[in-house]
Amino acid sequence: MTVCLNELSLPDVKRRLNSASGLRLQMGPFTTSVQTPLANVASSVHQLYAGYPLVADEVFTDFSVSIRRPASLRRYWNPQVTFGLDGQEPFNPLPGDQGFPLLEWGLNWCVYGMCHQYLILHAAVLERGGRALILPAPSGSGKSTLCAALLFHGWRLLSDELTLICPRTGQLVPNPRPVSLKNESIRVISELAPAVHFGSRIEETTKGVVAHFAAPDNALALVHQRAQPGWVVMPKYRAGSPTLLQPMEKARALIHLAENAFNYDIYGREGFDMLGRLVDNSACFSFEYSNLPEAIKTFNDLADAAQGPAPGGGANA
Amino acid sequence: MRPAAEDLLITVLRDPASTAAWSGAQWTQAFRQARYSGLSGRMAKVLLHNLQLPDTQCPPALRGHLQAAWRVCSAQHAEVLREARHIDRALAGLGAPVVLLKGAAYAVAGLPAASGRVFSDIDILVPKASLARAESLLTMHGYMTTEASAYNQQYYRRWMHELPPMRHLQRGTVLDVHHTILPETARLKPDPAKLLAAATRLPDTQVLHVLSPVDRLLHSMTHLFMNDDMSHALRDLSDLDLLLRGLAPDDPIWAELPARAQALDLGRPLHYALQQLVRVLRLPVPQQALDHAARQAPGHIVGATMAWVWSQALSTPALPRRPVLRELALAALYLRGHWLRMPPLMLLRHLSIKALGLHKNDQDSSETPNRLRG
Repeated sequence: MTVCLNELSLPDVKRRLNSASGLRLQMGPFTTSVQTPLANVASSVHQLYAGYPLVADEVFTDFSVSIRRPASLRRYWNPQVTFGLDGQEPFNPLPGDQGFPLLEWGLNWCVYGMCHQYLILHAAVLERGGRALILPAPSGSGKSTLCAALLFHGWRLLSDELTLICPRTGQLVPNPRPVSLKNESIRVISELAPAVHFGSRIEETTKGVVAHFAAPDNALALVHQRAQPGWVVMPKYRAGSPTLLQPMEKARALIHLAENAFNYDIYGREGFDMLGRLVDNSACFSFEYSNLPEAIKTFNDLADAAQGPAPGGGANA
Repeated sequence: MRPAAEDLLITVLRDPASTAAWSGAQWTQAFRQARYSGLSGRMAKVLLHNLQLPDTQCPPALRGHLQAAWRVCSAQHAEVLREARHIDRALAGLGAPVVLLKGAAYAVAGLPAASGRVFSDIDILVPKASLARAESLLTMHGYMTTEASAYNQQYYRRWMHELPPMRHLQRGTVLDVHHTILPETARLKPDPAKLLAAATRLPDTQVLHVLSPVDRLLHSMTHLFMNDDMSHALRDLSDLDLLLRGLAPDDPIWAELPARAQALDLGRPLHYALQQLVRVLRLPVPQQALDHAARQAPGHIVGATMAWVWSQALSTPALPRRPVLRELALAALYLRGHWLRMPPLMLLRHLSIKALGLHKNDQDSSETPNRLRG
């Protein structure tokens, strides 16, 4: 029987986080052990990972990570936090209140830096009717806002940041984690979905204000259900732009995906073939928007138009 | 509950079949150690390729990570072979042999030590008289020096056995150009001319060479046991293990090693290497070769101290613990590595400059997770 984190009290969570084996959670396909003595990180974990299954000590652990104060005298006047993996600290320390965002960045790094059992795209990925919508885009393109908005309108979260493609089947592998929003997006999504409960806002990160909300329940309930390719859409938020969905040539879409892949170089020819199949099985578009409700309607129309079980059908370029 | 006494990663390397009944927790520990030691690719080779570990004896998630590590090694292997061709083209007009060393040499020579190995940079050896020309040819072909600080430039050029690392502008590959295998200031003085004279030309190349098999072994041993940085010590020992395992007890290499080591002034590293290969990885070494190499062993007190230091450096800590004694041994080896490569006054000057941070420019090389802060 699965026991989830929300069945533990906050003091229990803190105690486990502070123990030698850490708090052990199943996060999508990965078993993760998190260790931290820091109370603010513990409360964020308690809130934002509430629905994640706990994992027994005997189970193989993919990543054993920690967030702690660096061992320096600086901790007494200007405390920092540092991310640890297997006895190493791959990043520069960050200001003391950024423990939870650092944990999230670190866990992302564990996936895109090491999990080459998947071809990994820097892209949000959602699912509706068994088909995946892939939103590959660099930072600042409005990808996260769009992804968050769609979650409240019938789409299931696979990941807001890392698209994992199984090399054997070409399916998209769910890896739902807390959704990260920045600056203005936090207000936009709060207005769009007043019920959503953000964790603490962290000011003054390198990218401004950051806040997370927990992965929706359906994302966690269906975490084992992989999705077939459906749509590849390159989003671009542009202030004042009309809502514009335009077919994109498959060859261009492939190049775009390759540019947004973390480990395309490691996959080589196999990666090219995988992305080729992905765009062949997806309808490919570019998308410009400024009005979020219109954007949501565009994607829901797209999904509704593509009924039936055949994956990769629907509107085509 | 943690199997404290057993170094699980070394067990994987030494006797992979004995992992059959391992628990998930033991696999967790072994794989963490492999990541820490840069040996996850080697672990993949040993478990997936050599042993063909059945699904029932290995957690599926671990198998995924091993496959991932294997993918990285294969991609890097291909990249090293490509880069070797680029170097061959760039240095075609050098008029002197260009010897690939260590990992790149294992790869181009198709040796088992190249498999399941990560490559950080490519090392080449050229005659000292050709060094300046090699640097200018490489620069013309896009390899740029990476050391911006004047002190470090000076340090490499005046005292070390290599140019400051060069990075290719487009491909990002890093090249270390050596003119000998130990610094000129070092206590041991292997004559690079002897190495170059015995090197053999690689087929289908213009200037690329590899060391003779015996010299290759001695160089790898010297690199490992005279080094100051032990972060890849176990990986390098595993490379040596793969280079030697499979040799018959009457293979002429066993007799050539001590003789050649003596000719090159590398008797001490040969002794340490054979001793530690036997102790750590249980490599079968003919007794005669061990005895012969042991003639270059240090006295009892130094010998016992060094044996302890190596045992620490060639272990992997039961992560996340970082035992103080092991850190101490690593610090001692850092000092020893420097002690062996330069005279005392020069060492004092160098370490003072490092300690005061006078060698630094305003650059910070450690990675920040910027890419996903977007």
